[in-house]
Amino acid sequence: MSLILDNISHIYSRGDAYEKKALDGVSLKIEDGEFIGIIGHTGSGKSTLIQHLNGLLKATEGSIYFNGQDIYDKDYDLRDLRMQVGMVFQYPEHQLFDETVFKDVCFGPRNQGLPEKDVTLRAYEALKNVGLDEKYYDVSPFELSGGQKRRAAIAGVVAMKPQVLVLDEPTAGLDPQGRDEILDMIAENHQRYGNTVILVSHSMEDVAKYVDRIIVMDDGQVRFDGEPKVVFRHYKELEEIGLAAPQVTYLMHDLKNAGYPVSCDATTVDEAKNEIMKMLGRR
Amino acid sequence: MLREITLGQYYPADSPIHKLDPRTKLFTTMIYIISIFCFKGPVAFAVITAALAMVIYLSKVPFSYMVRGLKTIVFILIFAGILNLFMTPGRELVSFWKLTISYEGAKNASLMLFRMIYLIIGTSVMTLTTTPNQLTDGLEAALKPMKKIKVPVHEIAMMMSIALRFIPILIEETDKIMKAQMARGADFESGGLIKKTKAMIPLLVPLFVSAFRRANDLALAMEARCYSGGEGRTKMLPLKYENRDRITYVISIVYLVAICVLRRFPF
Repeated sequence: MSLILDNISHIYSRGDAYEKKALDGVSLKIEDGEFIGIIGHTGSGKSTLIQHLNGLLKATEGSIYFNGQDIYDKDYDLRDLRMQVGMVFQYPEHQLFDETVFKDVCFGPRNQGLPEKDVTLRAYEALKNVGLDEKYYDVSPFELSGGQKRRAAIAGVVAMKPQVLVLDEPTAGLDPQGRDEILDMIAENHQRYGNTVILVSHSMEDVAKYVDRIIVMDDGQVRFDGEPKVVFRHYKELEEIGLAAPQVTYLMHDLKNAGYPVSCDATTVDEAKNEIMKMLGRR
Repeated sequence: MLREITLGQYYPADSPIHKLDPRTKLFTTMIYIISIFCFKGPVAFAVITAALAMVIYLSKVPFSYMVRGLKTIVFILIFAGILNLFMTPGRELVSFWKLTISYEGAKNASLMLFRMIYLIIGTSVMTLTTTPNQLTDGLEAALKPMKKIKVPVHEIAMMMSIALRFIPILIEETDKIMKAQMARGADFESGGLIKKTKAMIPLLVPLFVSAFRRANDLALAMEARCYSGGEGRTKMLPLKYENRDRITYVISIVYLVAICVLRRFPF
């Protein structure tokens, strides 16, 4: 049970003045239950990459296998794939359309062809999981605030219980509190259901705190792929491609350069604190 | 997915046609339209075809781009062609069942088809080689005399340029929302007419909401920059005629005269 990308390339508008190579030979293996962060600056091919995962875009070259089946096979059901690989796009609140929040969340499960009872149950569960207060369920989605709309929209995908949940910049345009709440909610749900989560972002800080594996994209290629602390060891190279490691990485390197016996592998503030306390206790 | 719509889509290239002043291009296009509606005889037709082929060659825009504009009107073309073919009375050419094709009908239908196709291709050349902004600038300048009779020329030009500007944005937006709903299992392709129409709701509602939001944002941004209409407004890139424009004017007038003269001759 996994998602395998084999040498995927994607060229937009092939053969005319707008031709652009967005992906260039990307190979990845995504195992069940992983929490992955995909990072890259604007135009590095992140969004293009994830749209291949559920077959919305077809690769110009290469193949993709979901649970061992080639999704480009003629008789492969792409609609079924899209139920299994849930996709939350950038600014997902722009897709809300129904009269009430609850009905909107029902849209996905209903398309899956579930019985009405299960649809309702799924919608309730999803709305509860994204932490939207019950008093908003029967309100028009257009009356909600930005953060609440985003939650409702994410619930619309979560309600389909996808095996793989892909989120494209789920915190774009939110304030720091809203950002933390959304990311905490995603991490909680990941722990509760053990599904695969792929989080696309350009903020290292966000990603470092939650994910077990980071994939760094640059110019349509995978530049680094590994545990956060391993990837952040390349903080100099990350800077060269317009990204930055979390601030604590810089702090730890500075401390080490100043002669303190610390390990530079801390990626979150808590880890850095423990590391420093350990060092202070040792002296 | 929705990339087939070329009408009003600029194709960037470095060609003499691209460099022409938009007013020149508007004038030439008008001459061209007049010519395809008043020509007579095969020689004139050959002249028009040669002129169009020349301009297409000079524009450096791939021919397939111009044909793409035709796709959207294929149905109208076929419909009008059939009507002309069967409904024109005259000398009988072929007859079967209750339908009769007259000699005049066949002539009318083929003429009409050529005119429509040439019209679309010719105007596509203009829209493909002129950015929407240049186009509305050109229109505004060309229509300036109408201001005397209280026609709000600047406002019309502004509305046109905003409308044109928003076409690609809305197409992109449609594409995005469509993908988002497809990711939630929406099905836009299968089913009968009623099911298909119903399937459009999750696409149309967000699209309208976003169009209104964009319109509102734009109005606010314009107001914040003290936009107050055309009075006393200057341009960053004022339109200026070059030698190539003068040459084009002369060529197009000679061309129109030639087409008119050819009407007098039987061939």
